[in-house]
Amino acid sequence: MKKIFDKDTWQEIFSSIAQNKIRTIITVIGVLWGIFLYIMLSGAAQGVDNGFERQFQRISSNSLFVWGQYTSVPFGGFKTNRGIRLTLSDVEDLKNKIPEIQYIVARNVRGVFGSNGSSVVRKQKKGTYNIYGDFPIFIKVATKNIYDGGRFINELDIKLKRKVCVIGEKTQQELFEENEDPIGKFIRINNIYFKVIGVHKFVPEGGNFANDGDIHLPFSTYRKLFNTGENVDFLIVAGYDDIDIVQVENDVKKVLKKIHTISPEDNRAIGSFNLGELFKKIIKFASGMTFLSLVIGIATILGGIIGIGNILLISVKERTKEIGIRRAIGATPKAIKLQIMLESVFLTIISGIIGIILGAFVLSMINIATKELKDYPFTNPTVPISYILGALALMVILGTLIGLIPAQRAISIKPIDALREE
Amino acid sequence: MIKITDLHKSYKIGKNSLHVLKGINFNVEEGELVAIMGSSGSGKSTLLNIIGMLDTADSGTYNLDGLEIKNMNETKAAQYRNRFLGFIFQSFNLINYKNALENIALPLFYKGINRTERQKIAMKYLSKVGLAKWEKHLPSELSGGQKQRVAIARAMVTQPKVLLADELTGALDSTTSIEVMSLIQEINNNGKTILVVTHEEDIAMMCKRIIRLKDGVILEDKKVKQIIAK
Repeated sequence: MKKIFDKDTWQEIFSSIAQNKIRTIITVIGVLWGIFLYIMLSGAAQGVDNGFERQFQRISSNSLFVWGQYTSVPFGGFKTNRGIRLTLSDVEDLKNKIPEIQYIVARNVRGVFGSNGSSVVRKQKKGTYNIYGDFPIFIKVATKNIYDGGRFINELDIKLKRKVCVIGEKTQQELFEENEDPIGKFIRINNIYFKVIGVHKFVPEGGNFANDGDIHLPFSTYRKLFNTGENVDFLIVAGYDDIDIVQVENDVKKVLKKIHTISPEDNRAIGSFNLGELFKKIIKFASGMTFLSLVIGIATILGGIIGIGNILLISVKERTKEIGIRRAIGATPKAIKLQIMLESVFLTIISGIIGIILGAFVLSMINIATKELKDYPFTNPTVPISYILGALALMVILGTLIGLIPAQRAISIKPIDALREE
Repeated sequence: MIKITDLHKSYKIGKNSLHVLKGINFNVEEGELVAIMGSSGSGKSTLLNIIGMLDTADSGTYNLDGLEIKNMNETKAAQYRNRFLGFIFQSFNLINYKNALENIALPLFYKGINRTERQKIAMKYLSKVGLAKWEKHLPSELSGGQKQRVAIARAMVTQPKVLLADELTGALDSTTSIEVMSLIQEINNNGKTILVVTHEEDIAMMCKRIIRLKDGVILEDKKVKQIIAK
């Protein structure tokens, strides 16, 4: 152990490495590239993981959307192509019959699913925006960042059918003057005045179901404004964290089919989009990417380290006579072995450290470049320190093991034969 | 110091066996300067390699400073070489990327002596061979004679019991050869046991005793004084 820290041991290593600088540099690049690739791929996998998490952070990841469509099978005396409208009573029925449901949110909307948005006017300014009829529970499944001084719809708004609204950032910018506080001000929707009670900051949601121009009204007010009665355009069903959301989706459809007299075989009548399932697939994809990056990275590192072993074998062959001299003057096989193995480990570690620094630098550049791309599912491409330490430890182990081959070769030659070598 | 009894050594060349040493017997006392002479193929270098523990005999006994050198593993042999023996080679065998001082200090590194001490001792021996001003020079910057002086200093630096020189003047001109041999004589005069393998008569005559080998057997073993008197 003492020899490892001896200055001469390291001088021996540096002298030996310096014998053929270009070859050493090329060898180092082999391992460096391996660890660089490993860092880049792990970082990218983490970036994608983080990106999707950011995309879905504002909406319950274990949720699904359900809406009525047209039947495809005649059933219960009804012809095919019957339009199905979900109703408010479905919410209670579903909640009662499916205990796995944590939250269920009824929503109405103008501006999406083929309907036109509403004309909204503020003084001389006007625009067309999506209008949502919402319950306060909506923010339980889809968090809305409401700017200071404002709020989201509450129970009293629903009960009193208040003409209040929560507008988006875009709506604020288009309908209000710069630096004008919209809270407490009025806008006209379909020629009816609504008081602005909050401004929501735009955050991307999974599936892009929202934008920064959306206007939210109390569900009861919306119903009165657009005369939608008991009808509900779609439901957001959020399950508890540990439940199987695909099963919940099947159960929801089953219950709705029964309520609305739809054939159990009808796969068209009730439309759905399972965000939870998609989220799980994405998580699996990201995990797969992490695993793949690990495999590719380790394979590349291994390739580079084998290169080091190969170069050291050549180096040992070239230095046979020198090894013979050293042994003639008293170097034990152990001392020779130690020197060659240290050369291997040193080259591996140096390559690894440079690769890690380079990888970290490039990742930080990518991070800076993608920071502002909010719609892009890629953010904060970091590599956990455990991965880096693990890679370094692996490199030391592999460097030691691969160094054993040339080291063993060096001591397998008899000193007398080594001295004869020219 | 050295006691060789009935030493045999053969080499296998393909299917044939070449009997190089055929029952060698001789003793070397402490402080002797012995030349082992012979033409090419006489077995003189093989004998020196066995004495230097770089090779092993097939049979016979070899005692060095009272220790029987037998069935020794490579680690033990390396430690004994470092402790008892100093080698001087025909082609100097200096490490080309180390300067004169570093080359001399190298055996001390394997002996486990610390760096400062190594430098100090190596410098002392470099001065002894008259190359104190050449410490930072690489072998490629030294003349043949200087290289051999560095090699001699390296062989002596661990204060071995015996110096083994294999054709140490083989790569030198006649003037330098005499100078180097004078240095060897000077070292011997200070009490060091030295064995010199050579095929040059004038070099052998600068030793105190000559052992002549021919075809693996000792042809003659006489003191130089006796040879001169004859």
